[in-house]
Amino acid sequence: MRFFRVALLVLKKDFAIELKSYEILSTTLFFAVSCVAIFSFAFVKDGQAPVDAAAGILWIAIAFSGTLALGRTFERERYGETLKALLLAPAPRPAIYLGKLLGIVTLLFATEIIVVPMVAFLFSAPFFERPLLLVALLGLGTVGYAAVGTLFAAMLVRARTRDVMLPILLYPITIPVIIAGVRGTSALLASPVDEPVAMLWIGLLTFFDVVFVTLSLWTFEPLMTE
Amino acid sequence: MTFDFDRVDLTDLSRHFGRRKAVARVSLAMHAGDIVGLLGPNGAGKSTLLGMLATLVAPTTGALTYGGKRIGEVGEGIRGRIGVLAHELHLYPELTARQNLEFFARLHGLADVEALVGTALEQANLADRGEDQVASFSRGMRQRLALERCLLHRPRLVLLDEPFTGLDDRAVRLVADRLKRVAAEGAIIVLATHDLDVADGLITRMAVVRSGRLLCDVAASAGIRQQYRVLVESV
Repeated sequence: MRFFRVALLVLKKDFAIELKSYEILSTTLFFAVSCVAIFSFAFVKDGQAPVDAAAGILWIAIAFSGTLALGRTFERERYGETLKALLLAPAPRPAIYLGKLLGIVTLLFATEIIVVPMVAFLFSAPFFERPLLLVALLGLGTVGYAAVGTLFAAMLVRARTRDVMLPILLYPITIPVIIAGVRGTSALLASPVDEPVAMLWIGLLTFFDVVFVTLSLWTFEPLMTE
Repeated sequence: MTFDFDRVDLTDLSRHFGRRKAVARVSLAMHAGDIVGLLGPNGAGKSTLLGMLATLVAPTTGALTYGGKRIGEVGEGIRGRIGVLAHELHLYPELTARQNLEFFARLHGLADVEALVGTALEQANLADRGEDQVASFSRGMRQRLALERCLLHRPRLVLLDEPFTGLDDRAVRLVADRLKRVAAEGAIIVLATHDLDVADGLITRMAVVRSGRLLCDVAASAGIRQQYRVLVESV
């Protein structure tokens, strides 16, 4: 129980800070919306969007804005070295990781609530024909991406080159999640909807999530001890 | 139940970062009630020593025991008996003073958080600024709040890295008195500082380190500056 109490405490603290400034939510959202808008200017010609582009553009927007959110979230912990204070508490360190992960995931979900309808509208993508499958793909993909990202962002918090290193480390490792997300979402956009293929990618995403979250919880403590 | 101890022992403790020896074979024993001044020039290894005592930095070789037990034997509970005030203050500037203290009290699993936080704010002379954002505080106010944050859970081992930075004379005296009271209640205080004038009359022992090595560990007497100069320059 203490484990989850600590995770929730860290999450609540991050919310309390975010509610004072909306700094991370606004920058993440702005970046994601800008990203989608630029792609729409580039690809949509005469009101016609290219077939299959929407899934890739959606996941690019999520991944790129997610990197921004990860960096900013841990930049806060770097100021005043508060991450150290968290690590010094007599609390399970994986619970601190989980709290930070939940914060990032919630932030990305909030971004997706705006970005998904935007992509659907600009690229005439029928995302909502199978809403539950879409939610499953987005939820699982976001958790997998954020699980690795939270671990790397925490590891790099003291590194001088963290802004450069985070995407360099994060993107290669999360390629399976991005591919599964894009392929699964493309299957939802097919006409007719290719449900078995979408389910296959959802299964793979579940597997990636289990592996990534377990590994991250397991390695957080040793990685955070110098 | 949180593990408790009344002594901390460092035996041949070393920490290497690559080929650089930040701390080399330091042996030191500290007991309840001690206020140990960890003195030495910049880059002497004081912060690394504090980091190891705080469980944030793992020793490369040697043994570090709390009440005769290694960290692996006592688990994460040991951190509930350690308080750290580093050069960076471990406070969230966006939150109010009260929110900061409440967060850390709950993180430590303390009971009766509101009363504890109220007392801590009074101790920091910030009772009337509890609802203000820490970002609006002066360095001295932040420092006092950070000290109370560090003492909130009544730690047995208190690790302080330059705790007097930014404090005016009156605040320095208040903080020094507070530390003396904490030591009298049975805490072990390790104080890394360059401010020898403040350390004079506060510390009970003087551990001087240079280039990662412990030069001496002696009882502190009046005139620490002179004692320190002799020790550092003679070796």
